[in-house]
Amino acid sequence: MWTRDQQAARAAKELQDGFYVNLGIGMPTLVANFIPEGVDVTLQSENGMLGMGPFPFAGEEDPDLINAGKQTITELDRTSYFSSADSFAMIRGGHIDLSILGAMEVADNGDIANWMIPGKMVKGMGGAMDLVAGVKKIIVLMEHNAKDGSAKFKTACTLPLTGKGVVDMVISELAVLARPAKGAPFRLIELAPGIDLDMLKARTEGHFEA
Amino acid sequence: MANKLYPDAKAALEGLLFDGMTIMSGGFGLCGIPEKLIAALRDAGVKGLTVISNNAGVDGFGLGQLLETRQIAKMISSYVGENKEFERQYLAGELQLEFNPQGTLAERIRAGGAGIPGFYTKTGVGTLVAEGKEHKDFATASGTETYILETGLIADVSIVKAWKADPYGNLIFRKTSRNFNPMMATAGKVTVVEVEELVPAGTFDPDHIHTPGVFVQRLFVGRDYEKRIEQRTVRQREPA
Repeated sequence: MWTRDQQAARAAKELQDGFYVNLGIGMPTLVANFIPEGVDVTLQSENGMLGMGPFPFAGEEDPDLINAGKQTITELDRTSYFSSADSFAMIRGGHIDLSILGAMEVADNGDIANWMIPGKMVKGMGGAMDLVAGVKKIIVLMEHNAKDGSAKFKTACTLPLTGKGVVDMVISELAVLARPAKGAPFRLIELAPGIDLDMLKARTEGHFEA
Repeated sequence: MANKLYPDAKAALEGLLFDGMTIMSGGFGLCGIPEKLIAALRDAGVKGLTVISNNAGVDGFGLGQLLETRQIAKMISSYVGENKEFERQYLAGELQLEFNPQGTLAERIRAGGAGIPGFYTKTGVGTLVAEGKEHKDFATASGTETYILETGLIADVSIVKAWKADPYGNLIFRKTSRNFNPMMATAGKVTVVEVEELVPAGTFDPDHIHTPGVFVQRLFVGRDYEKRIEQRTVRQREPA
């Protein structure tokens, strides 16, 4: 089984040299710590920045310079700033290579639900619907099962969708499931150490090819 | 040249406000919000507002102030997670809320300001956002895909925060405080702008102006910006 850091490191293996990448809030943010040596990626922040740098040193925080999680960050020599309309032109226009985000549910047809639980206060979808609809490749980084033990990779999402048929790869603490194209079935790519196929199947509801 | 300069936020809003009006308010989180104009709206007491803003401020600051005074009837936003009073009013049915995907919101404002009444987008197809909207198939490079019709947005007044302005209303924004401000400047029937610094005409390199003055009707210099930080994240210096 992978730890959260190992899960993030596994996701980082999907980064390719020259990629423009949007990382979601939470575990996906950790991926930035594991960018492989020799791979140069540019991080996009949907509030209007390309070329996101690390957190500032204490005392150097700038309230005019934050990421989409509203955290203080820094710029790099490659950084550009732009409006929200330009930012989402990048995202919706298919100019961003990869988005890594979290999910509450993913279905084996690529549907994703990650913004709303009926009956609970809904905070909003932010940029998630735009990202899953527009970015070239969508990787979901999530725990394999919900707190009640139910599978999060399902035959059908039960929660309101963020996007339909959009997910390309799921990385959990147990395994990597991926498909070569939208519309194709998911296939088992890799098992975490100590996990075998039977264990994975016992904890998974959605269909995948072994 | 028509004078666009006003002494302060109150003067800059004079004669523009009425109950039930629609206001666009720039900013992402608390970054780049027109904090002086929001405070002036609170002081003016105008009610029943529809506010178009990506977020709803936090308790006691930014648009949170207008929620506390119950001046907002409806919000059009993409994410409102940082505000307890918002949650309370919404769950009590006192506040209407229309969620838009963030890119759809940005584009609706851009379109409104550009005289475009509607546009088709893939964002939200197959979700709650698409319900009741026209669907249309288009041939694309990757085959036939379904899109939904979204409409442009305009406001009675847009309130905008920029870094610097010249007397003509040409604007320059700073870092990620730009966000929704430039589009909102185009989509207000009247656009009122607060800046940290007013520079003499001719100071800006015309190639560096982000928002041309045609979009700006009223302008003032704000003092003592609070510029709150929501998530102060830092890293440690490595020992020498």
